[in-house]
Amino acid sequence: MTTAYSDDFRTVAELGGPGWLAERRRAAAASFTALGFPTRKNENWHYTSVAPISDRTFRMVRTPGGDASSLDLTPYQFNSPEWPRLVFLNGHFVAEQSTPADKLPEGVRVTTLGALLSEGADASNGLSDLIEQHLGRVADGEEHAFVALNTALATDGAVIVVGSEMVVDTPLHVVFVADGASSGQAIQTRTLFVAGRHSKATVIESFIGMGEADYFTNAVSEAVLDDGATFTNIKVQRESQSAFHICTTSVHQARDSHYLHFSCALGAALSRTNVYTILDGEGSGATLNGLYMLDGDQHCDHQTRIEHAKPNTFSRELYKGLLDGNSHGVFNGKVYVHPEAQKTDGKQENNNILLSPTAHIDTKPELEIYADDVRCTHGATVGQLDDTALFYMRSRGLSAAQARQLLTYAFAADVLETIELEAVRDSLEEQTLERFTRHEVGTA
Amino acid sequence: MLKIRGLRAGIEDKEILRGIDLTVNAGEVHAVMGPNGSGKSTLAQVLAGHPSFEVTGGSVTYDGKDLLELEPEERAHAGVFLAFQYPIEIPGVTNAYFLRTAYNEMRKVQGLEEVDPIEFLDVIEEKAKLVQMDPSMLNRSVNMGFSGGEKKRNEILQMAVLEPKLAILDETDSGLDIDALRVVADGVNALKAPDRATIVVTHYQRLLNYIVPDYVHVLVGGRIVKSGGKELALELEARGYDWLLAEAAA
Ligand SMILES: Nc1ncnc2c1ncn2[C@@H]1O[C@H](COP(=O)(O)OP(=O)(O)OP(=O)(O)O)[C@@H](O)[C@H]1O
Ligand SMILES: [Mg+2]
Repeated sequence: MTTAYSDDFRTVAELGGPGWLAERRRAAAASFTALGFPTRKNENWHYTSVAPISDRTFRMVRTPGGDASSLDLTPYQFNSPEWPRLVFLNGHFVAEQSTPADKLPEGVRVTTLGALLSEGADASNGLSDLIEQHLGRVADGEEHAFVALNTALATDGAVIVVGSEMVVDTPLHVVFVADGASSGQAIQTRTLFVAGRHSKATVIESFIGMGEADYFTNAVSEAVLDDGATFTNIKVQRESQSAFHICTTSVHQARDSHYLHFSCALGAALSRTNVYTILDGEGSGATLNGLYMLDGDQHCDHQTRIEHAKPNTFSRELYKGLLDGNSHGVFNGKVYVHPEAQKTDGKQENNNILLSPTAHIDTKPELEIYADDVRCTHGATVGQLDDTALFYMRSRGLSAAQARQLLTYAFAADVLETIELEAVRDSLEEQTLERFTRHEVGTA
Repeated sequence: MLKIRGLRAGIEDKEILRGIDLTVNAGEVHAVMGPNGSGKSTLAQVLAGHPSFEVTGGSVTYDGKDLLELEPEERAHAGVFLAFQYPIEIPGVTNAYFLRTAYNEMRKVQGLEEVDPIEFLDVIEEKAKLVQMDPSMLNRSVNMGFSGGEKKRNEILQMAVLEPKLAILDETDSGLDIDALRVVADGVNALKAPDRATIVVTHYQRLLNYIVPDYVHVLVGGRIVKSGGKELALELEARGYDWLLAEAAA
């Protein structure tokens, strides 16, 4: 069988690079060819049709294309331009916008997939063994077509390694920008994080669309947390409103590690964020939170899967959604507890507010438990802004718009408060407020 | 100041107010009493502009304006304040933030400059003292987890901050101990001025010992069936409503 991407598979195969990588690519291409794009018959995609992606062919482009030197990233830096960053334009690393390797905080080593491909292991900052060990080993390309597609086609991406015992206070910012030149392109971004024993670090991944281009981002991030590592991963998705965004974050966690993920979804016409983690060491835990704010015809889907594979593991999930216009939100959170994962402590919550009568949410928390001594709870709510509260506020002199804005903001506040990084929290709080002052909420 | 004529209002085809006439002049205190379900809160909510109630007849003039034409916030800006019988909880919005936002809205309307959080601290601390509220309550979400009495005090705090011209207190005294009752009364009396007026909805004469009314009205079945001076409240306390119900039925 051939697919729209068969030619691209061949092109990438000819790029060379290490043999193990070529082999993984080949396997992934075969896997994608066999799987094809998921349809709504696939239970993981029941509420989201990817026809807008699968009905078209998005071009692979081997150069950034856009204008890297004139990129203005100021509005996307959380008022913290001093944070070290790795910038990718239309999927390709832009050295001139990125922090040089020797200016990175102590304990952090980075390289790019592009460097490994074009210049070989010597150019990989001594990380090629780690890349070989983990790349494509955490994210599952056998079952997930989009992961397979990415593994087969990604030619660039960030590799970030935090050394053992290193506590890195400065967050690192990985910035994926798509500009006007990206129209009709497929952008395969790839990230690998390796967090060493007892290390502590924060990485922000920003997906930014500058302009209204209709590109397709297919992102895969893999994170490997060694014993006792604490790794915070904040994802801010501000793709163009015409873009398609599929992102899979797959995590493997060793003993006593803690993985914190926050997904803030604001952009894209169609987006899907997968966060999958395996708690594969006793005492490990995952905190997955998120906020999606949608309007117009946006469709935004979050799927999480937390596998409790060892005893005494914990997970916490809080996802909140604000949906206006004709937008459609989906939340599907699965907690899977293996038979040996006794004393699992899991809590999952998804709360939504529909700001217009034509907005829609499908929420599906799922527990699959094969151990008997566990504590797992889950809940989902869908509501509207409280009319009585709106009247109460107006009777104190607040305008209807102000009252709505304050209530929406208050709704989002508790999940935003889980972001420890103040600069990011403040900036996202501001965006929440702004988002709903641009127009009268709920008047659709 | 306030002139209500033949006011009829209801909810979903159910008529609750069936022709209310009431005139409140500046400087006056009016008490509205009446049995449960007679329409006292409905009257208060209609005056504040609650969108759930439909006005089906009559008129309300406030300071020469057609009050019923105004949005709830415009009524607030014009100086109308309703202390809710059941104050609303607003999770995630702190009391201090809410109060400052409301205060600044009022200032904007009056052409005054908005105050920042620091400046507002001075305003609020003084008022909190007046209603004897623990300042720590200011940093909690509006009315969340407040006791019944604390909620009522919070209503009075809002009133003290917003300094309305026409304050309508809907059973602000219900469920209060005697000390809290004094606090509420002090809050109301502190606002007393020749250009302001108060409507107190209550079931109990005891509040009226502290907030002395110029007039007492009895609302039964959506109509004011009797009006009198403050001694009417004493009579109601002694005799209940039955004799009025009988009179009304006759
Ligand atoms: N939102 C509503 N929906 C339906 N009926 C209502 C609503 N609000 C009030 N009513 C009805 O209108 C009537 C008057 O209610 P209202 O609350 O005005 O009485 P009240 O005089 O304030 O009573 P109380 O002394 O118990 O506070 C009651 O029969 C009540 O059930
Ligand atoms: Mg009442």
